[in-house]
Amino acid sequence: MSLLEARGISIAFGGLRALDQVGFAVDRGRVLAIIGPNGAGKTTLFNVVTGLYRAQAGEVRLDGREVTGLPPHALAARGLARTFQNLQIFFRMSALENVMVGRHLKERRRLWAELLGLPSVLRENRESREKARELLVFVGLEARAEEPASALPYGALKRLEIARALACEPSVLMLDEPAAGCNPVETEEIDRLILAIARRGVAVVLVEHDMKLVMRISDRVLVLDQGRVLAEGTPAEVRSDPRVVEAYLGRHGLEAARAA
Amino acid sequence: MSPGTRTKLVVLGALGLALVLVPFLLPSAFHLRVAALVWINATAALGLALLMGLAGQVSLGHAGFFGIGAYATALGPKHLGLDPLLSMLLGVAAAAGLALLVGRPILRLKGHYLAVATLGLGILVHLVLVSEVAITGGPDGVQVPRLVLFGWRVAGPEVWYAITGIVLLLAAWIALNLEDSSTGRALRALHDSEIAASVAGVDVARHKLVVFVIAAVYAATAGGLLALFNRFVTPDVAGFLRSIELVTMVVIGGMGSILGAVVGAALLTVLPQALTLFHDYEHAVLGLLIILFMVFLRQGIVPGLAGLLVRRRPA
Repeated sequence: MSLLEARGISIAFGGLRALDQVGFAVDRGRVLAIIGPNGAGKTTLFNVVTGLYRAQAGEVRLDGREVTGLPPHALAARGLARTFQNLQIFFRMSALENVMVGRHLKERRRLWAELLGLPSVLRENRESREKARELLVFVGLEARAEEPASALPYGALKRLEIARALACEPSVLMLDEPAAGCNPVETEEIDRLILAIARRGVAVVLVEHDMKLVMRISDRVLVLDQGRVLAEGTPAEVRSDPRVVEAYLGRHGLEAARAA
Repeated sequence: MSPGTRTKLVVLGALGLALVLVPFLLPSAFHLRVAALVWINATAALGLALLMGLAGQVSLGHAGFFGIGAYATALGPKHLGLDPLLSMLLGVAAAAGLALLVGRPILRLKGHYLAVATLGLGILVHLVLVSEVAITGGPDGVQVPRLVLFGWRVAGPEVWYAITGIVLLLAAWIALNLEDSSTGRALRALHDSEIAASVAGVDVARHKLVVFVIAAVYAATAGGLLALFNRFVTPDVAGFLRSIELVTMVVIGGMGSILGAVVGAALLTVLPQALTLFHDYEHAVLGLLIILFMVFLRQGIVPGLAGLLVRRRPA
């Protein structure tokens, strides 16, 4: 059984069928990429699996247990973390504090102790701060830990979101376009980061448009088109699948690809 | 020393210093009474600052909780023969209970909708206080018996100055502790992005409720203190204008700042007294000053001035 499994997910907005019987599975330490043209339903699938949307049909299982329709914070407690395509950063907080929020579930959070500022709370703050700092080192942002997040450049914020997601020590990490808007150098850094995360035993699911990145780091690739699964397989299989090439490049592209 | 501990020491030090210095600088009974009013208003504003500044949720009916604290303190002794202090504590518990009850449905709303819903809550409390004449004494208000602690009649401006000052110091200490905790970080997070906070594991609905209840407790405590200090309450303490005053204190002082709430409360309590020399124009001058503060120190007085200082400092 896979660590994260989605089966028969369907959802419609108004009359539009955004997802139709879509499923995937991913194991510990593996990278699954979800690709497809704009509007294929990639982010919608992400939002269903992470509890932001409620699917009309289908189920999601995490570590063997059904988690369909659980709210995001309950999913996080079961080990599912994610990042966002359009950044969701706590801009009023420092980079370090952003990651500390990610430690929320690992903190004991006893309100009375917190209101009285008991030593146990101060100790916990210190632990969270240290863990957060380690994660900033891991994503290469330790030098900017104390800066307000609003002062960080775009590429750094992408990595900050990853550090925050890792802070709850998830078993599954879902990355929505981690390299979108990044220059080639930044993309390469993110590329290395994702592989390092997978090596730690985390199952990584990512949506990405950068095909070079997808082909380099994925173990499996799921191709969506107009809300349906078009193909699924290893990067090499998917790349040579004529249906995929057609969906991406159209008929002419297919002919061009054959000619090449 | 962690940054949180440093902030705590600076803020509590500044507040403690102010508490000690005021009686030396302004030793008259009148000034001490005004100062005690400042500390009471600041306690209520502090709670609202946690709700608005930290968590980004607005309440336009906060005087309702203030009124519950004040009226419980007045009515407990009158109708049930209870001790005023016990009545006040029951009032604080009642305010917390009401906040818990209405908080869950209300806090699902955002922005303007939340503002209007809390506005309704405040108006409702005010309405009950005005119209239930048999119980509350109606618009004429009601007398509050003198507080007696173990045979000691609590009286005199110096004593009330000390009591209200110590309560404020405690309130500020608790607020600072909250800011520098897991819950405090979660509240600041949901202020910026509720989606990201919940994905990070924060139970957004629960945290909003927690801070709403805390803010209600602060307001009711302040209300109870005002009743004991003034020995008389009228429904005005729960009125709409009073709610707006509390919000103005928080905004003018600086939303995210504990010290800001105190400075805002001081300004809005002292200015009307000081502006009486403008006779008929005092409200106009007060309004003008508020506008000027907002135009020139948009983030509020304390964060605005702190920002100016940092910028002036040579790099």
